[in-house]
Amino acid sequence: MKKLISVILTLVLLVSCLACFSACSGGKAGFKVGFIFLHDENSTYDKNFIDAANAAAKALGLDEKQVIMKVNIPEGSECYDAACELVDEGCDLIFADSFGHETYMIQAAKEFPDVQFCHATGTSAHTEKLPNFHNAFASIYEGRYLAGIAAGMKLNEMIANGKITAEQAIIGYVGAFPYAEVISGYTSFFLGARSVCPTATMKVEYTNSWFDIALEKSAAERLIGSGCVLISQHADSEGAPKACEDAKVPNVAYNISTISIAPETALISSKINWEPYMKLIIEKTMDGKGEEIPYDWCGGLAEGSVQLTELNAKVAAAGTQEAINAATEQFKAGTLKVFDTSKFTVKGATLTEYLADVDGDFKGETNVIHDGYFDESAKDQRCAPYFDIIIDGITVPAAN
Amino acid sequence: MQRDHTQKKRREPLVYITKRSELSLKQSLTIRACVILAGILLCALVTILLTGVNPLRVFASMIEGSFGTPRKIWNLLQSTAILLGISLAVTPAFKMRFWNTGAEGQVLVGMLASVACMFYIGDALPSWLLIIVMLFASILASAVWAGIPGIFKAMWNTNETLFTLMMNYVAMQLVSFFIMLWVPSGSMVLGIVNPQSKNGWFPSLFGQQYLLNILIVAVMTILVYVYLKKSKQGYEISVVGESENTARYIGINVKQVIIRTVLISGALCGVMGWILVAGADHSITSNSVGGNGFTAIMISWMSKFNPIVMIFSSILVCFLQKGAGQIASDLRLNSSVGEVLTGIMILIIISSEFFVNYRIHLRKKQKGGQEA
Repeated sequence: MKKLISVILTLVLLVSCLACFSACSGGKAGFKVGFIFLHDENSTYDKNFIDAANAAAKALGLDEKQVIMKVNIPEGSECYDAACELVDEGCDLIFADSFGHETYMIQAAKEFPDVQFCHATGTSAHTEKLPNFHNAFASIYEGRYLAGIAAGMKLNEMIANGKITAEQAIIGYVGAFPYAEVISGYTSFFLGARSVCPTATMKVEYTNSWFDIALEKSAAERLIGSGCVLISQHADSEGAPKACEDAKVPNVAYNISTISIAPETALISSKINWEPYMKLIIEKTMDGKGEEIPYDWCGGLAEGSVQLTELNAKVAAAGTQEAINAATEQFKAGTLKVFDTSKFTVKGATLTEYLADVDGDFKGETNVIHDGYFDESAKDQRCAPYFDIIIDGITVPAAN
Repeated sequence: MQRDHTQKKRREPLVYITKRSELSLKQSLTIRACVILAGILLCALVTILLTGVNPLRVFASMIEGSFGTPRKIWNLLQSTAILLGISLAVTPAFKMRFWNTGAEGQVLVGMLASVACMFYIGDALPSWLLIIVMLFASILASAVWAGIPGIFKAMWNTNETLFTLMMNYVAMQLVSFFIMLWVPSGSMVLGIVNPQSKNGWFPSLFGQQYLLNILIVAVMTILVYVYLKKSKQGYEISVVGESENTARYIGINVKQVIIRTVLISGALCGVMGWILVAGADHSITSNSVGGNGFTAIMISWMSKFNPIVMIFSSILVCFLQKGAGQIASDLRLNSSVGEVLTGIMILIIISSEFFVNYRIHLRKKQKGGQEA
């Protein structure tokens, strides 16, 4: 009898221990986070977010039931519906990844003040001032500048080899829309390239779509056909890298490493790593301090939000990694500014003042040039880029 | 069944089919139930082969996606209302054998007209009046969009399939153009219009924001049913659809019927565009109709142009779509798995018509040759 009781007691102890472990090992029991993604993992843009969400959930010990993902949610009332359904399922925190989701997230945030709503790439949190709605972005222009250095070094190598003349160092850029985020992106990339290759120039083609394999491929082909010797992009498919691999033109991609699909031509990619932000918002919400999540969070190189993918040693010029490392240190120390006004001109003149549209009413109102540089994604302004100037050396399609 | 015994002895094929005579309701329902059951089994098999996941879990997930919470039921009804409404809109044209593949664009220009009203005169009018102005603007825009290919068809017998299809792309570009005009930052995202004042938004009825949409489409269903089945114009549509020459012979003005019907079809698309703007999105993107304009064609045909049957077809398709999304979310499967299952079900249901209309015979069982 004694034996039986001791066995039962041991079992009870074991079970309760296990129950405790399972409850304690994960994040706070009962906490749930919901994600709304525009596409699924077939889009490089969304895959970048999905990977970060999974990594953050794993790092913080959330189990599968605590993370709900909804994919292929369009930028309409479906986003609001999805957010409401996530609230019904008990989510304490909801994250959406596409610019067009923003107003629908705000609609839901107003309806559910006890739930935190976080939105990537948006611009309205600092004007809406809701305690439970937050924007986030990253100072990706620094990453693009670094990737630009790799591109410039490659151009220098091509000039030194006699493959092209100094004047033929033309970069082609496949951009999505003539929008500040894209303009800021290609300008920083261009300035990075020109910091090492002073004769570099750039041609831009817009696809007017964030994701269109065929359009991106044909835009890259047109640029190559018109004399561009290196291609970069701000669009979400693998169309441009594939066109480059076919034409044997070096290329720099965005958000994913393209070495596997373009082993002979992929150089490097800049990338926003969303994991630090996801960790931050999950931790804050789990601790019941959701309102402490910044209105407008801006990750940089220091936080690990801006990253470069592996440099393809087969393609890169000698000394590239060292040059990138040196510039990275300068960025971290604050001694190097991407939009240093002494390094570029607009219609032949140096910029001394520029009224950027920070509050989103399509009228410039905030002077963002001070101390000799254009202060992109400034801490007291907003993180989503507002650099929308076409600088000398960059050619854009006439209609835009 | 009719049999035609021929004198000459000939070799029969191993399998052959004959047309069935009229089936009783019970028989046809039995056949359909069997076909759906077979479809479910096939889906289960495909699920196991593709993913290794227990198919019962997948089915539970699908049901959860549409009926899991009261809100999900409302969302299902809302999606159904939109799909059903557009299906009703294309039906008069299809019944007339006018191949209107342009519902997507017709709804889209209707939406554009409504959003334009909200954008330009959103603050000048009280909300109820604005909503009425939006309705008329949407009806006008969509009727014009459908009317252009309609007039070309009636006057010069152009190919309406291609014409209406191409008009979809023009509509999308038109939407892009206006968004570019309205959003100078170049982000190509308009976002919700009038988020503060809610001018031009449908009111919530009994706390349900989609209830009004659902009621409007319910009324539309009855009206379209009565129009097609009971009215003189509905009869004219049937006659023109069966044979234009017959229609001419009995004194129907075919050109007039074509143009009138296409305009009605377009106007109904306009109503749906209006509902999408005022009752759901409060905004527009070039993708706002989301393929419903094409799915509606399938719904209309699957239901043999009967508005009452369309209610069930729309619910089924929306249920499958929502289920596909829920599977992707619950089981972390690629959403294509859900779409494959949806495709199988729809294909099976469409092919069930074959078994309702025809009978399959094997050689052994029958002796006489048979010609349908």
